[in-house]
Amino acid sequence: MSAIILFMAVIAVIAGWWLSQQRLTAKPWLEEGSIDDFPGTGAITLPAAKIGLGVFLAVAGSLFALFISAYSMRMNMVDWRTMPVPSLLWFNTGVLVLSSVALQWAQMAAHRNNMDGVIVGLCAGGASAVTFLIGQLLAWQQLRAAGYFVASNPANSFFYMMTAAHGLHLMGGLVALGRATARVWRGAEMAQVRLSVELCTIYWHFLLLVWLVLLGLLTGWTDDFVDICRRLLT
Amino acid sequence: MVDVPYDARADAPPAEVPEVELYHPRSWWTQYVFSQDAKVIAIQYSLTASAIGLVALVLSWLMRLQLGFPGTFSFIDASQYLQFITMHGMIMVIYLLTALFLGGFGNYLIPLMVGARDMVFPYVNMLSYWIYLLAVLVLASTFFVPGGPTGAGWTLYPPQAVLSGTPGQDWGIVLMLVSLILFIIGFTMGGLNYVVTVLQARTRGMTLMRMPLTVWGIFTATVMALLAFPALFVASVMMLFDRLLGTSFFMPALVEMGQQMKYGGGSPILFQHLFWFFGHPEVYIVALPAFGIVSDLISTHARKNIFGYRMMVWAIVGIGALSFVVWAHHMYVSGMHPKFGFFFATTTLIIAIPTAIKVYNWVLTLWRGDIHLTVPMLFALGFIITFVNGGLTGLFLGNVVVDVPLSDTMFVVAHFHMVMGVAPIMVVLGAIYHWYPKVTGRMLDDWMGKFHFWVTFLGAYLIFFPMHYIGLLGVPRRYHDIGEAAFIPSSTHTLNAFITVMALIVGFAQMVFLFNLVWSLFKGRPSGGNPWRATTLEWQTPETPPGHGNWGKELPVVYRWAYDYSVPGAAQDFIPQNQPRATPAVQGAAP
Repeated sequence: MSAIILFMAVIAVIAGWWLSQQRLTAKPWLEEGSIDDFPGTGAITLPAAKIGLGVFLAVAGSLFALFISAYSMRMNMVDWRTMPVPSLLWFNTGVLVLSSVALQWAQMAAHRNNMDGVIVGLCAGGASAVTFLIGQLLAWQQLRAAGYFVASNPANSFFYMMTAAHGLHLMGGLVALGRATARVWRGAEMAQVRLSVELCTIYWHFLLLVWLVLLGLLTGWTDDFVDICRRLLT
Repeated sequence: MVDVPYDARADAPPAEVPEVELYHPRSWWTQYVFSQDAKVIAIQYSLTASAIGLVALVLSWLMRLQLGFPGTFSFIDASQYLQFITMHGMIMVIYLLTALFLGGFGNYLIPLMVGARDMVFPYVNMLSYWIYLLAVLVLASTFFVPGGPTGAGWTLYPPQAVLSGTPGQDWGIVLMLVSLILFIIGFTMGGLNYVVTVLQARTRGMTLMRMPLTVWGIFTATVMALLAFPALFVASVMMLFDRLLGTSFFMPALVEMGQQMKYGGGSPILFQHLFWFFGHPEVYIVALPAFGIVSDLISTHARKNIFGYRMMVWAIVGIGALSFVVWAHHMYVSGMHPKFGFFFATTTLIIAIPTAIKVYNWVLTLWRGDIHLTVPMLFALGFIITFVNGGLTGLFLGNVVVDVPLSDTMFVVAHFHMVMGVAPIMVVLGAIYHWYPKVTGRMLDDWMGKFHFWVTFLGAYLIFFPMHYIGLLGVPRRYHDIGEAAFIPSSTHTLNAFITVMALIVGFAQMVFLFNLVWSLFKGRPSGGNPWRATTLEWQTPETPPGHGNWGKELPVVYRWAYDYSVPGAAQDFIPQNQPRATPAVQGAAP
């Protein structure tokens, strides 16, 4: 459970830092009056959707941290046989990186008020994300053809389950991206588009990070790290 | 007292708070059924949770009939008994208490108490309810599928949850897991709303430290739930893989009916870790909203500011954080390393400190208060007593050496029913009596309410207090029939029969309550806007019940904390949060 504990510790630090800005040591029974006397203690002025995305990332992060925790506990059992990683995954990773870069491009274009750049960025980001998903399905097919079925070994089970979870999250992101693109298509104002593009970009970067961690885990790169963590805890 | 110089500018009209674009229902369907108004969603959540909760109540009667009078009811066999246990536990903990506190009270109270027009994502909020309803329907459907619901116990421990010896192995367990997954997706949608509304949509002047403790409790519990439910989600998905695709995440190598099963190498303990990583925070996900609500009930009905508000806030946050590092105290008998046991026993005992602080503060709020023994206050007092009782037996079970012999006995059943069954239900009932006038514009009948309280409180005590003794004798839990054993005296059977009779009586009292809810809706005394003379914002709405958008033309502005009761020199014994300071002299008068 070290991965999830670590993740929770990070969340606790962020929450603690934010709470420390909120004057939790105030004595509200003595502080009657308008809020102007107490600057900086009102509601957060960021858009609700942005805070909502931040909270959602914490939830999704917790989900993946738990998958990783379960993975690192299960891989200790004697029946674990590490699975070969199809080389297609490297191509897929590259495509996902491109997808993130394209969205970052779109976001920068949105800040420069360059609507054409936004459209190009969004379309390229969406297309490469779809390519990534197709690539993942092909990787599944290759593994199945090579005899690595979902139930034949726990390492395989985790591979299929975690890539599926990641893919589903990306598909959810594609819905949001599709809506943002449609809005741009209909000729929405830049001010309205900017937030949607920014949120999609943040989400894409998050999913890229999750994918890199999962890839490290599945290819065994992080085995040493996991081992150190385990030894620290036992 | 801090010497804040009086500033006339502070009473000047504040700058305009930016208005939100409010959703407007266009038809009866979108106003009452597919509504995006948090208040309607709250009522939908509450009614659905109560309906499925009634099913769980009936299941508890059936279990008690079997335990009290074994052999008398031929239609309850051992398999059904296990199915009743499982469904009763799962429904009560997740589909009733979690949904009612967060989906019901959260939806109704958060926007009103922080001065918002609605939740920040009304459409997602609506989806949250409909997915919850779907989860409830999937769960209820297991009563009608071949093999019936699962009988794996509410903890659904593998491998037995997946094996054919357990009732509901065909459909029951699959639908249970699907229902849980749906519930968690629906809850996450709602939870995002509750958290972001508190963070982003508080009205002008509503600092965190001016929020009523109800909002603090629900807010913190929601944050915890958002982080803890993924553990149940992961566990459910993995078990579903084991059951449907034949993977071996949790399933070890097994021989069933002489046949080697396809599973091998899996770890049942892994499931226990995941389950309790959710399961223990879940206790506080239910308890923290109860803590918050009961603080407000006590303060309002004792006409006194809450004692130690800051400490109450810190305790809520502290309990929320600590509850993530105590999960393995549910696993002392799983064969874990004794040093782990020591660590988790220590954290478990540490969490008793902020909890005890809260109990002291409630009692000190009552001290020399102007206590009105209204029905909500009676339930709040009942909560304190029940909660202290259940908390003390928690100290027993938190210690490894005491827990090992008591594990899996009726003592554990008595403990958790006291602390997270009866105690939160006391708060739910008190809260309904307290806020029903705001929701409907009418008071609940007082006589029926007092009858309901006394029968429920005394009855629940008479059910669960003797159960501790049965557990100390070593009577195991989850047994369909304890039969004749040398260590079980015959008086145990008499006591069991007595408990069953009390359970039926308490159940009957709930019917009186339900009648009261319906009767008062039509015949209850009109309540007016603020019948309890309370300070918090929900009682200051221009209309009762509050209209769509809650606040009429202008959002309220908050000038003070939520507990200005019996302030010396004030004209009334309460000052609403949105009342500007009357004279400089009043400032800082409350202790």
